[in-house]
Amino acid sequence: MIQVWKDNRERISASIDDFFLGLAKSFEQFFVDCGKACIFFFEGLKLVFTRPFRFEEIVRHMEFVGNKSVIIIVMTSTFTGLALSYQIYLGFKLVNAVNLVGPTVGMGITRELGPVLTGLIVAARAGGAMAARLGTMRVNEQIDALEVMGIDPKQYLVSPRMVASIITMPLLCAIFDFVAMMGAHFLCITVLGLDQAIFWDKIQLWLKPGDIFQGLIKAGVFGVTFAAVCTNRGFNATGGAKGVGEATNQGVVNSMVLIIILNFLMTSFIRFFYAVMGWG
Amino acid sequence: MGIGKPTGKPTVNATENAVALRDLRKTFDGKDFILNGINLEIPAGKITSIIGFSGTGKSVMMKHILGLLKPTSGTVEVLGQDIWKMTMPELIKMRTRIGMSFQYAALFDDMTVMENAAFPMKEHRPDLTLAQREQIAESKLLAVGMDPKHNNKLPGELSGGMRKRVALARALALDPAILLYDEPTTGLDPILTEVVDDLIYETHHKFAGSTSIVVSHDLFAAFRLSDYIVMLDKGVVLLAGKPEIFYESKDELVQRFLKKGFRNSPPPQHAPGSAT
Repeated sequence: MIQVWKDNRERISASIDDFFLGLAKSFEQFFVDCGKACIFFFEGLKLVFTRPFRFEEIVRHMEFVGNKSVIIIVMTSTFTGLALSYQIYLGFKLVNAVNLVGPTVGMGITRELGPVLTGLIVAARAGGAMAARLGTMRVNEQIDALEVMGIDPKQYLVSPRMVASIITMPLLCAIFDFVAMMGAHFLCITVLGLDQAIFWDKIQLWLKPGDIFQGLIKAGVFGVTFAAVCTNRGFNATGGAKGVGEATNQGVVNSMVLIIILNFLMTSFIRFFYAVMGWG
Repeated sequence: MGIGKPTGKPTVNATENAVALRDLRKTFDGKDFILNGINLEIPAGKITSIIGFSGTGKSVMMKHILGLLKPTSGTVEVLGQDIWKMTMPELIKMRTRIGMSFQYAALFDDMTVMENAAFPMKEHRPDLTLAQREQIAESKLLAVGMDPKHNNKLPGELSGGMRKRVALARALALDPAILLYDEPTTGLDPILTEVVDDLIYETHHKFAGSTSIVVSHDLFAAFRLSDYIVMLDKGVVLLAGKPEIFYESKDELVQRFLKKGFRNSPPPQHAPGSAT
């Protein structure tokens, strides 16, 4: 074994170097992308308030990001509610606290799972589509065509997508919360036989409007995040079909990682803010 | 006015310039100059072809005329105005006076033929009703030979030639003073190439007073259609003027380009519109 190591030391050492260099490069690229997406977001935001206002485009993209995501949100939230409430029921049964299943599921859904899962699902579906669409428009010179026609492509293509994502994400998150709680209700009351009155009474007692509100705020921020990251990658795609594929892949991956990181940071910040304000 | 060599000395007299490039230089990396001091005056109301080997700066020069790229140094005057001294609203207004037909048409693939042709008016002519916009778009589509039965089709359902026609109708939507064609016949078969060439010629003469600038590798088309030809090499104007001076030129590179371009067959006579 030692002899093998000695014989191949340089090769193994080079492989380890390559691995860590690749890792460092990926991290660097991720942070560069985040920075670019941030700048892109502020540029896009500024253009929302410049004429001509793109109400028609905003509504069109709201239909795409929002309406077309409802089915998948309903499906995932139903099964999330079922699975989460069952696991919590099993755990709480051990300590004879099944009366607290309702509020625990409620808090978990509204504060964390609702916004995060909505963010991840919509980032994959709508964010990926945004990156692919803009990337294709870039490589097919359609973005150049807009510019040549005297139309600001960022104002026409990017800003409406951002606004549509900010508006629709909290609405989708609210649907997720509601349907997941219905799933939990069905499992706990109909299947597991918990008392319906106690289930809802405890939820009313422990679940505050602030819990729901923080989830909705998070969802809005996640909407901005995936819209900025994915449109930035698509808008600046290069290199034909391969470039569009890479832009879409990177856009979705970066959005998902950012959503997870931002979720933790926002949870910490919001809990701190609520504590300072004496709200919970 | 006229088309000048890098020295800036005019070689062709014309009445008015549509575009004037003065000592235009462009580098992307600070070292290699894609455009290396272009002095060029493109006369108004004529067809001018810009030819040259690949990588000589034709497309970069065209992007400067459109105001999509900012020169490293030098000036770009379009219709008598230095476009880099304009404010953004002025530049946008200027762009509405330039129509562009892209190499691969660049039609918006989620819009129908009619929507594509009417799109520039939707953006820049809010005074027109939808019916008026569609009426104008239909007239432009008819002018470029598009059968109205295709008006509700998506670009993906059209042939290459039809896509070029729709792109041209869209470029004509705002009655531009200058029409730019980027490699209009690249990737088309010989029959379709001739059809597109004729379309350029007919469109130019149908919309009186417009200036057509064609960036092309197609020497046959360039010599058959153009009033003036500009040959670029290594970011400078190698030769510019009427087609005849190219035949007479003793420059080795010009002769090599002509020989390769015509594939040893006799060059076409300068008779625009002779194609059927």
